[in-house]
Amino acid sequence: MLNSAALGFVVLLSAVEAATNERVNYDYYKYHSMPEISKWMTQIAQNHSEVVTIMDYGQTYEKRNISLLKIGLSTGERKKAIWMDCGIHAREWIAPAFCQYFVSQILQTYKTDPKMEEMMKNMDFYVTPVLNVDGYLYSWKDNNTRLWRKNRSPGPPGCKCDGTDLNRNFDANWGTVGVSSDCCSNTYCGSDRVSEPEAQAVASFVGSRKEDILCFLTIHSYSQLLLIPYGNPNFIAPNQDELMEVGLAAAEAIKAVHGKIYKVGTSPAVLYANSGSSRDWARMQGIPFAYTFELRDNGTFGFELPENQIQPTCEEAYSGALHIVNYVHDKTFKGPMDGAGATAAAALWTVLLAVGVTSASM
Amino acid sequence: MATGELNPNHYPAQRAAKAVQHYLNTLYGSPYRVIFLNRVHSGYAEDVADSGRKYKLEITVQDHISNKTENCTAEVLFPGGEQQRPPQVQASLEELPTTDTKAEEEALFQKYKTNQGVLSEHLPDSHGHVDPDMEPFLHLGSAASSFIMLNESTENTLYNVAQVANVTQLKTENDQLKFDYYVLLHDMISQEIIHWKLLFTWSPQEGVKVLQMEKLPHSHHDETPQNNN
Repeated sequence: MLNSAALGFVVLLSAVEAATNERVNYDYYKYHSMPEISKWMTQIAQNHSEVVTIMDYGQTYEKRNISLLKIGLSTGERKKAIWMDCGIHAREWIAPAFCQYFVSQILQTYKTDPKMEEMMKNMDFYVTPVLNVDGYLYSWKDNNTRLWRKNRSPGPPGCKCDGTDLNRNFDANWGTVGVSSDCCSNTYCGSDRVSEPEAQAVASFVGSRKEDILCFLTIHSYSQLLLIPYGNPNFIAPNQDELMEVGLAAAEAIKAVHGKIYKVGTSPAVLYANSGSSRDWARMQGIPFAYTFELRDNGTFGFELPENQIQPTCEEAYSGALHIVNYVHDKTFKGPMDGAGATAAAALWTVLLAVGVTSASM
Repeated sequence: MATGELNPNHYPAQRAAKAVQHYLNTLYGSPYRVIFLNRVHSGYAEDVADSGRKYKLEITVQDHISNKTENCTAEVLFPGGEQQRPPQVQASLEELPTTDTKAEEEALFQKYKTNQGVLSEHLPDSHGHVDPDMEPFLHLGSAASSFIMLNESTENTLYNVAQVANVTQLKTENDQLKFDYYVLLHDMISQEIIHWKLLFTWSPQEGVKVLQMEKLPHSHHDETPQNNN
């Protein structure tokens, strides 16, 4: 039996622990409503104020803020960056769950993992946990709205349906393939390219920083795929081979975690042709690495992935995303480390050593 | 259209293999057995004059409940012509159908033989949860929906069950449990959610027998129906 003194001591310990515990008390393995996610973002920014700031970079149709977490060590200088967005499609709940997990992971590891610390020094991470805020909120409304995909802007005059497919709305071969002009369709591409405020927000923010952004990752579900540009089969990215190579390596990293197979390829090859995607737009802006992640599963539960799969899905996706981020970082800040790079480095050392020996013997 | 040797990871083989999954579930699906496509190993496609397009596939399928896998050789003929007609599939399994589900099926049958009324809604729910007591009815719904998904399959579809919106049990007839299901099917290619009503019977001996299938003109808002009882 605890007596009151011992009980008091326990309470005191808890208070001390709470005060010093910078970790937000948050269950990353449950689905969270939009208000919960917003609150979490505020707490993360407060608890990690040395590396995290919230940036509101646009408004949805229903006039809600679209926000991201900017995460990185301040250097006072202009920095390169990684972009990640989740929840462009409302019903893909595992995607926002992953963005939150990703944030918690990098904040946890940068203090003890020299590699992550280095990446935080060299780059900023821009993470948007929920891009399609109106749609996500709508999918939480009741049992009848769970499978909503689009945003919530009204259809064109005379249309009895709402919503534009945000991932068909970007200015990237807009309206050419894999879209519908039927405003009731789930792939309705909008009244015009970038007609939607959510797409405009991304285009504006990323567009004004495109020279600095090394990598654009957009997170979706389901199908277990890593998709590379372009959705229109008539266009091939100049670095397609490299995108495939890095993607395949990321898929191997994913498989190593829980054995799940993610297929890699262009959308038209592996899934279907489409146009106006944010990934294609990013690549066309010159951002060299752009990937669409389609997370679990393969159709067993589809969009309604059980909460007991949130953790393993996030763990494997993190492994894949990290592989890409590592590659992109090292390529930018360390130069090519295989083949030519290593040989050149070795040659340089040989010359330096020879010069040193020659000098010493003089 | 892709012809000859197919990349097993690319969409043509994958879509054809999905049709095989649906076909296998019409044969073997039950409250305790649901077959899913696990992997496509190889595929070959050819035009068949005056008939359509034929796929030959080597795949692995998996039972969602026992987790057992089995390799399967299959042929899929997608008929040509203006109007969409169901594909013809040739495939069979030897091992998965022998998983011992008899006792559970019989117990379920006996338990619900004299039951009637709405059994459940929203399987799984928004968070992916299914009440353990209701799992057999989700599986049964997937099995029965496979008749629809097979019928609707083309080279331009990829169907999965998004959710069983409503399970209503009707009066047992001829020693078969009888059900009215409202299901939401997801076609990955169009990204649409398509609403269907299904009337079917089931028993351990007879399996699933579909009486009526009706596609519903939904409200275009990806909404499941309110329970109108």
